[in-house]
Amino acid sequence: MSTTRTDTVAAPRRFPLREVILFVALLAAVLGVYAMMGAAYSTRMLVEAACYAILALGLTIQWGYAGQFNAGVMGFVALGGFCAMFFSVPVNDAFWDSELPGQLAVVLAYIVGAVLVVFGASRLDRLGVPKTLRTVITVALAVVLYMVVISAFREVAGQIESRAGFVGGLGLPPWVGWIVGGALAGGVGYFIGNICLGLRSDYLAIATIGIAEIIKAFLKNSDWLTRGTATVSPLPWPVPGPAEVGFTLARALYLSVTAVLIAAIFFLLHRAYHAPWGRMIRAIRDNEVSSAAMGKSINRRRLEIFVLGCILMGIGGAVLASFNSLFDPQGYLPLNHTFLVLVMVILGGPGNNLGTIFGAVAVYIIWLMSEPLALWLMELAVHFGEGAFGWEAPASMDSRALQARVFVIGLLITLVLRFAPKGLLPEKVKHVD
Amino acid sequence: MNELVFFINNVVIAGSVAGSIYAIGAVGVTLIFSIMRFAHFAHGDMMTFGAFMVLLLTTLFPGAGNAIGVPTPLIMLPLAMALTALLAVGIDRAFYKPLRAHGVKPIVMVIASLGVTLMLQGLIRLFAGTGGESLYVDDRKEIFRLTVPLEGVRVPVVITEPQLYLFALTLISVVALHFFLSRSRLGKAMRAMSDNPPLAQASGINTNTIVAVTWVLAGGLAAIAGTLLSLDVTFKPDLSFFLLLPIFAAAIVGGVGHPYGAIAGGFVVGFAETLAVFNWGILLRPFRDSLPEWLAQAGNLAFVGTEYKIVVPFFILVAILVWRPTGLFKGKVI
Repeated sequence: MSTTRTDTVAAPRRFPLREVILFVALLAAVLGVYAMMGAAYSTRMLVEAACYAILALGLTIQWGYAGQFNAGVMGFVALGGFCAMFFSVPVNDAFWDSELPGQLAVVLAYIVGAVLVVFGASRLDRLGVPKTLRTVITVALAVVLYMVVISAFREVAGQIESRAGFVGGLGLPPWVGWIVGGALAGGVGYFIGNICLGLRSDYLAIATIGIAEIIKAFLKNSDWLTRGTATVSPLPWPVPGPAEVGFTLARALYLSVTAVLIAAIFFLLHRAYHAPWGRMIRAIRDNEVSSAAMGKSINRRRLEIFVLGCILMGIGGAVLASFNSLFDPQGYLPLNHTFLVLVMVILGGPGNNLGTIFGAVAVYIIWLMSEPLALWLMELAVHFGEGAFGWEAPASMDSRALQARVFVIGLLITLVLRFAPKGLLPEKVKHVD
Repeated sequence: MNELVFFINNVVIAGSVAGSIYAIGAVGVTLIFSIMRFAHFAHGDMMTFGAFMVLLLTTLFPGAGNAIGVPTPLIMLPLAMALTALLAVGIDRAFYKPLRAHGVKPIVMVIASLGVTLMLQGLIRLFAGTGGESLYVDDRKEIFRLTVPLEGVRVPVVITEPQLYLFALTLISVVALHFFLSRSRLGKAMRAMSDNPPLAQASGINTNTIVAVTWVLAGGLAAIAGTLLSLDVTFKPDLSFFLLLPIFAAAIVGGVGHPYGAIAGGFVVGFAETLAVFNWGILLRPFRDSLPEWLAQAGNLAFVGTEYKIVVPFFILVAILVWRPTGLFKGKVI
């Protein structure tokens, strides 16, 4: 073709007008919240927004860089929160001074042994056992051993609950829990990714929704490990707490920790995005067939990016739980911890880290401010209804007003996908001659 | 024998109930998948919506069923099915069709359907509140206790009225669906489109009609499943999130895009769930004296506690994805 395609010409370096306007507006909104709600509340909001920004960065590399849709952010957040709790909460002497740790260790050894035996049985065909027979043996062994192990385990768990309350923590600094939380979330991500990433992308969404619910069910019902619905608090902070230096200063210190974390993650992601590895990821996203033809290992790269995103979600969840100083498994909701993050990413700009951070802070401010607004609107509607038509308002008005926000989040997702699929700050695609 | 009756109550009946509901739900999911090629996550909420419509209509006309001796919710079911079908077509026109016209990837449609899920959930909770409500507004739930005519059996087989209606309606809808897909012109056109959309279009099949018919079918079936589930237990606005995983597991086990497979998959998942939470120790009780002590002493021999029920469909899903991603009946799309 002789005509030059306009989209391959290098775009002239322009003044980032859109970025500047959006961030100035965001700054104005933050200052407005400070003026209205006071410094302590607003700093708390900023810290939480920063934690959500880490989650959103995790999702943006999965969805924006690689086109993988993780519908179970909540599960990875909960795992991170659990690790933050488990590593930082003080040691429970009632548990460690009894013979329970030994019993627990024995049961854990049983579990490891059972897994090894079953794994060995699944390899029996290498010894010349017919495959069907091997499968039968493996399944039968797995069922029996599972029953034996789980009975022993239930007994020990019951003992721990009745005698020591729960296992307690390890009393280590919070950042240890943050790192392990990231690692654990990455491990679960590896498991899920290994199964689903070679298949249609819908299956990943289904499987992640499932694993998120399972993680939540496990954390909620394992009273021996997490105290379940009784919740664990307080979790120690890595910086001086409110009791020592006052609310505003303590939260500001925590905010600086999260800011450093975000800056580090942002820098690393920025480098990765522009590195050959990042180019390869985007090539796979945009045209799988041609990148496979170029000899790129598609499933490996997909697994890498999925695990990386899950690690970030784990870290973000751990930082969030430490900040709330409370581990409540029931507090993890798909709406707050999955769909809110999704809105942040698709509204801010999937694949654009700056846009994602903007989206996280902006959406979180709107989310928090919408609560009083929804209540106020509902009250107005009820008032109007009573005055004009003589309605009688149902009792649970407050909880219903909050449900209206569920509707708004859903509407926002569908509208953004329809009218601004690239978000407010679209990913910048560099064109080269 | 008491133990066997207990087994029938807790596994055979409970498993058939769960299986029927999953089967009807999975058929809808699989039909949508075979025509539009995306996993429709809002299906659980379409079920809740159908049940909510029944609740609304039953509260408005509580005495309607007495005239012919059927519970009022069942009289209202056809109306609710029509409303849900209308809703499904409307949602498609408003949210999915523009995206399809843009030619987006299927995964974007999945996200859009999650957005629709949240919208429906918000609306239902806004109007129905967050608590559970019984669909039996004015009627009474009949419970049949069938005593087994055998010596020494004290436990009756318990089956409730809505469960009987559930079995009957499942059978009717499955047979009706079979005849629709295999005999009617529209059904054949649907199958043609699921096999090869461009070819179907080229041979003069109006794809817009087929899409609308699919939504009508899926919406109607969702209303049936949601209503019968709510009749059996209670109506809860957050029903859908716990239904999503079993239904998708059922659709994938049966082979995605394969309606008969979905029915089989629904029963596989339903029975697997009830078998997994059943305490097998109960069946060992009659043989207590002849068993070794360690086995006779074992108290709870359930695979998973009821609180971990959701693990079962997930495990089935993982297993099928690892060993046979096309499903038991060789679905079309991976």
